[in-house]
Amino acid sequence: VYRLHGRYHEMAPNVVPMDYTKDPDVKLPMQLIINMPELKENPFRERIVESFSEDGEGSLSFNDFVDMFSVLSEMAPRELKAIYAFKIYDFNTDNFICKSDLEKTLNKLTREELTAEEITLVCEKVIEEADMDGDGKLGFADFENMISKAPDFLRYCFKKKI
Amino acid sequence: REAQLFVEKFEGALGKGKGKKFYAYKVMMTKKWMKFQRDFENFKTACIPWEMKIKEIESHFGSSVASYFIFLRWMYGINMILFGLTFGLVMVPEALMGKPYGSLPRKTVPRAEEASAMNFATLWDFSGFAQYSVLFYGYYNNQRTIGWLKFRMPLSYFLVGVGTIGYSFMIVIRTMARNANEEGGGDDTSFNFSWKMFTSWDYLIGNPETADNKFASITTSFKEAIVEEQESRKEENIHLTRFLRVLANFLALCTLAGSGYLIFFVVRRSQKFALEGLENYGWWERNEVNMVMSLLGMFCPTLFDVISSLENYHPRIALRWQLGRIFALFLGNLYTFIIALMDEINLKASYLLTFIIFNMHLEEEKIVKYNMTIWEASLYNGTIPENSTAPPIQVDPADVPRGPCWETMVGQEFVRLTVSDTMTTYITILIGDFLRAVFVRFFNYCWCWDLEYGFPSYSEFDISGNVLGLIFNQGMIWMGSFYAPCLPAINVFRLHTSMYLQCWAVMCCNVPQERVFKASRSNNFYMAMLLFILFLSTLPAVYTIVSIPPSFDCGPFSGKTRMFEVISETLEHDFPSWFGKVFGYASNPGLILPFILLMVLSIYYLNATSKSYKEANLELKKKLQSVRDSEL
Repeated sequence: VYRLHGRYHEMAPNVVPMDYTKDPDVKLPMQLIINMPELKENPFRERIVESFSEDGEGSLSFNDFVDMFSVLSEMAPRELKAIYAFKIYDFNTDNFICKSDLEKTLNKLTREELTAEEITLVCEKVIEEADMDGDGKLGFADFENMISKAPDFLRYCFKKKI
Repeated sequence: REAQLFVEKFEGALGKGKGKKFYAYKVMMTKKWMKFQRDFENFKTACIPWEMKIKEIESHFGSSVASYFIFLRWMYGINMILFGLTFGLVMVPEALMGKPYGSLPRKTVPRAEEASAMNFATLWDFSGFAQYSVLFYGYYNNQRTIGWLKFRMPLSYFLVGVGTIGYSFMIVIRTMARNANEEGGGDDTSFNFSWKMFTSWDYLIGNPETADNKFASITTSFKEAIVEEQESRKEENIHLTRFLRVLANFLALCTLAGSGYLIFFVVRRSQKFALEGLENYGWWERNEVNMVMSLLGMFCPTLFDVISSLENYHPRIALRWQLGRIFALFLGNLYTFIIALMDEINLKASYLLTFIIFNMHLEEEKIVKYNMTIWEASLYNGTIPENSTAPPIQVDPADVPRGPCWETMVGQEFVRLTVSDTMTTYITILIGDFLRAVFVRFFNYCWCWDLEYGFPSYSEFDISGNVLGLIFNQGMIWMGSFYAPCLPAINVFRLHTSMYLQCWAVMCCNVPQERVFKASRSNNFYMAMLLFILFLSTLPAVYTIVSIPPSFDCGPFSGKTRMFEVISETLEHDFPSWFGKVFGYASNPGLILPFILLMVLSIYYLNATSKSYKEANLELKKKLQSVRDSEL
């Protein structure tokens, strides 16, 4: 935790105090956090920061910061990671991953190299494969079901070291 | 909040209870062990040569282009081993322990050629000093053992020759078997797209270049999956497609027949010119045959490409048809060429050109032997001794008249062919790809139409041409390495440089294909063609070992009537006598025939059992699938 605090402090030395006993209300804006080297290349960095931030704006207090890295670490259990993964991919925060969320995810992943019809094809296929209750969008249960069968999830996703 | 509470609880468990220290120690050791394992895996992956390059190419161009480079790397491995065998067991012992250059007639440049032996032009042509060295067959002496180690040179030469062929067969078949096994594994393809979307990003990436590669590979992987999906959704008008495919095959056959006839016609014409004297004709008539064959080799594959667009196959299957057709084109051209030549010489026998060379060689040998006796007599000042008990006169080895050495000539031809083939490939890459890309990039500003989208544009990587070139090149190496032990060395060098050159050319001058497709996981198609070429190229070498007497004046087998006699000679001298008897019994045809029959039967049995296992596998998979479906 000390190391995390060190990192948090170095991002904005004049704002973050070294002493937390008085529980000050300090929040770091999103721009600073996105530029951290671990997150810089990640296409989902804004979503990650937003989903951990309490006020939904993207500013992280130190507690939020610790939360974020603890979920991203190796020690967190799979269900926890799945919950946060669902939050990250849900762009419009309606607790469902609908088609526009999928399109946004795809665009971020491929940096908009695919044509419009390819994007529609992929999104349709995803909904066809994973949607169990037939409502045209992925609820958390569908997502959980699909992710639990994926061999690669724990290997690639959400493993960060500080 | 939940996360925080959870993590606290977890850490608390560590702190409570007895044996806290031991538990902490165990956890630390486990963590260290896992880290060590991960580092070792990383190290092992880093050791595979060119892995990073190939992964980069795969992420930008797709797995089919990368499969060519993986094939190239595999060939490099085989050639390294062949090189190790020929270099370590044949060239090095001769260089270290054999008689040095200049001590024997066969090891010296003849007096007549001495003046030009060191010129660069002669060396580039592999004559002169290069010819009379360990690089070629003719240098080796037929002494049974050499040096203080009593190294059996002729035996080693023979065994290395046979061993390279045997090793190549073994490894090709082993790779085919391994590929066939992997293919049977099969995977769970439900949720294919969903997994691609949600789990393909590697969150540990911190480096911008790696991120670029990762984006490219994700895009390519999506494109491949889209192509698969589109192919499976395609609605086929079966009759129209079948008609088009039959038409396409008919056109391809016409092209093949046309090119065969053209070659026949041109060879006849060139022989007519030769009869009338070549001076009367210009450059075109003289080189007509070569030019026509090269032009056919350049234009017919493009024609096949156009024809295949009629067929509307999955790109992977279209590639296979293309490869097959080009293969047939080259073989057909070669055969028509040989038949046209032989027809003229009136040799209706079905032996290959080596038979012709063999006849000429026998005549030459008789003449040289006669000359040598006369020459020896002249040394003794006119008296021809009945039995040569006179003391040997010191003659400088360069002056001794030499017999013809067809094995070295054949070896030289192969080496020259390999070198010129390499040069042609490199120059084609440089001109065809690099200059074209430079031209398109820089002249685009001052040209009427958009060069990048319009006519020349950037070239795509030609998978079929390159694969076939690689396979034919390897065939030549296999054919020639018995006569020129230096061939695997030259090939290792060529593959090494070719890997770097082509990787650079692909990344710099080529664009990915329109429809990127996933290479089938089993590269068995390439392997099958390689096996066929291996078989064809070892036929001549085996034929010469078994049927043709070696030259009397050069090489490790000179003086014997057949090359394989070295085995019987070794058995007589070096093994105890009972071994020879046992071998004699074992090579009795009465024993060998039942043995062959037994092997054929066991092959049939193993085939039948493997088929039944595959069927059982499929049944089980179907059951699994239905259980899973019913669960949902």
